[in-house]
Amino acid sequence: MMVRMTGAEAIIECLRREGVEVIFGLPGGVLLPLYDALYSSDLRHILVRHEQAAAHAADGYARATGRVGVCLATSGPGATNLVTGIATAYMDSVPIVAMTGQVNTGLIGKDAFQEADITGITMPITKHNYLIKRSKDIPRVFREAFYIARTGRPGPVLIDLPRDVTVDELEFDYPEINLPGYNPTTKVHQLQIRRAAEALMAAERPVIYAGGGVRYANAHEELFQLATRLNAPVTTTLMGLGCFPTDHPLSLGMLGMHGTKYANLAVQEADVLLAVGARFDDRVTGKIASFAPKARIIHIDVDPAEIGKNVRVDIPVVGDAKIALTELLKHVQQKPWGEWNEKILMWKKEYPLRYTRDENVIKPQFVVEKICELCPDAIIVTEVGQNQMWAAQFFKHRDPRKFITSGGLGTMGYGFPAAIGAKIGRPECEVIDIAGDGSFQMNIQELATAVVNDIPVKIAILNNGVLGMVRQWQTLFFGKRYSHTTLGDVPDFVKVAEAYGALGLRATKPSEVEDVLKEGLASDKPTVMDFIVHRDEKVSPMVPAGASLSEILELDS
Amino acid sequence: MKHTIAVIVENKPGVLTRISGLFSRRGFNIESLSVGATDNPAYSRMTISVEGDDVVLEQVVKQLSKLINVIRVSRLDPEESVERELAIIKVSANKDTRSEIMQIVSVFRARIIDVSPRSLIIEVTGDEKKVDALQQMLRQFGIKEMARTGKVSMVRGSKVVQAGP
Repeated sequence: MMVRMTGAEAIIECLRREGVEVIFGLPGGVLLPLYDALYSSDLRHILVRHEQAAAHAADGYARATGRVGVCLATSGPGATNLVTGIATAYMDSVPIVAMTGQVNTGLIGKDAFQEADITGITMPITKHNYLIKRSKDIPRVFREAFYIARTGRPGPVLIDLPRDVTVDELEFDYPEINLPGYNPTTKVHQLQIRRAAEALMAAERPVIYAGGGVRYANAHEELFQLATRLNAPVTTTLMGLGCFPTDHPLSLGMLGMHGTKYANLAVQEADVLLAVGARFDDRVTGKIASFAPKARIIHIDVDPAEIGKNVRVDIPVVGDAKIALTELLKHVQQKPWGEWNEKILMWKKEYPLRYTRDENVIKPQFVVEKICELCPDAIIVTEVGQNQMWAAQFFKHRDPRKFITSGGLGTMGYGFPAAIGAKIGRPECEVIDIAGDGSFQMNIQELATAVVNDIPVKIAILNNGVLGMVRQWQTLFFGKRYSHTTLGDVPDFVKVAEAYGALGLRATKPSEVEDVLKEGLASDKPTVMDFIVHRDEKVSPMVPAGASLSEILELDS
Repeated sequence: MKHTIAVIVENKPGVLTRISGLFSRRGFNIESLSVGATDNPAYSRMTISVEGDDVVLEQVVKQLSKLINVIRVSRLDPEESVERELAIIKVSANKDTRSEIMQIVSVFRARIIDVSPRSLIIEVTGDEKKVDALQQMLRQFGIKEMARTGKVSMVRGSKVVQAGP
């Protein structure tokens, strides 16, 4: 029997049926009916202080749990404030459903108060979006939206909800999915699998290059089996960190612009490169014409449009990474440890990730190493810039869902709200945002959200008082002309933390780092740990933009 | 190189925007685009003419296929297809030139659909080259206005491009 209810009640019912446990949002005029329905439901709602944080929190929640994250913002400015968060999720293929309020259907197009064409604005940064014009479409649209967000190559879906649509009544019926234009590929082509297996078996210098697709497909175990069976070294992208244990002898760590020298050398020398769930981003390939010049390339991806987009591919395999790797495992046999492995061990010994230690000044890399030592099982979330690269390089990543970072869009201000989302989704885990002072200030207001809702995330600021990554480029390529990259030593982050009711701690000397971390990690409150680091510490090694991976530079700190 | 693709889409608001937005965002060039309902009013058919090499064309097809409202994308081989375009052209005409224009129109198997003391409107249907050629011939008389539909295209024989299986 169908039940009659308002649009707002129907939305709550849809969210309940989709298993949503939390919404990150901030109300506004047109959302009053929906928020009123929320008031009498048992859905958890986290009130953020800026809508951008709602989108990032939904994203962090989704990445940490593998479930669809949900955010909610009002029409006009509320909706446009979500845009950066939606674009971040889109670039990194994160399943979120963003709901936005909209003016009454009769006012759409009239430049009404707080009206913005959010479906138009988000068309290029969503997997799909909807403007619901009739209440009776709510169940179908919500069901489709969650399905589209989480299947195939995941991504954000936006639903725009005019006020009257949330007020009008409907007979609730949750229809089956009927999307003739959406058939995500899952099965793999057997012939292509056999060709890939033959190439891998015949390879003398194989390299596996794994990306975020391995994480989203939960294919890390299959990846591990394949790598160890072939004795093939594995490098991952930033998004793939954790899909293969970085302390394993076959691990090459990350590749690309700030990847390890040995990963980049291995890719350049490889005769077969197996790319799994990765998209040959420019930060990975460097100069595309000279990327992996000796390699036959096998590319496994769930999104057919990724194959052949940036590089020519010799053996394309369209399909889910887990299914493809499982099939591949049926056709490959154990290969011995060989010359190639020895060569790589030699490179690893010769070109390790390193930095110069200092007794007087805190090195940011040291802070990351200490965090890893004291809390190896933490979920590490990062901001964007040097802090992100050091977190990528110096933390020993072992779990695919425990490294959360804005890779594709490179969104400063992402880390802290994403950490809040991750902590809500995985309350049993320690969640640490490795931050820079620049990025952290972009969503610092969320300290209120963390304190009020008792979400004890830990923020470790690698505070150098500058926009460090940009400054590094200015040092290297712009003759040390530091145009507008100096932030100064404001604010006092300890006082800011205290003003919000969080715990604030500071270390200014290397000898203080461990104590501050121990105190911060022991705290049951949101905690800001301010590590004053040297402003000219550089991320090394580095492939200059547009250069070949072979031209990787080791920079002195 | 020019390619023609036929795209069957759901007949819903915003679909044209999604497609044109995709082309501009990915840097693909649309030469021409025509849209109309299919026999099933739930779907529309677009014929899109694209400029680019095979790699570009492959990306266009794959990216279009990813749109939720796109049901089917087919590359149409020009050798295997019939293509038609319709144009209506308003040409300056007076008693001295009118008969000459009418002769040209007749050679092209076009039609005159409006006559006035100072102009004629000519309707022509054909492939792109034919329309181009007529346009070229009429230019000497002064083309005052022209509207072209962009081409529509269909594979010869019994093979079909449609929403269903």
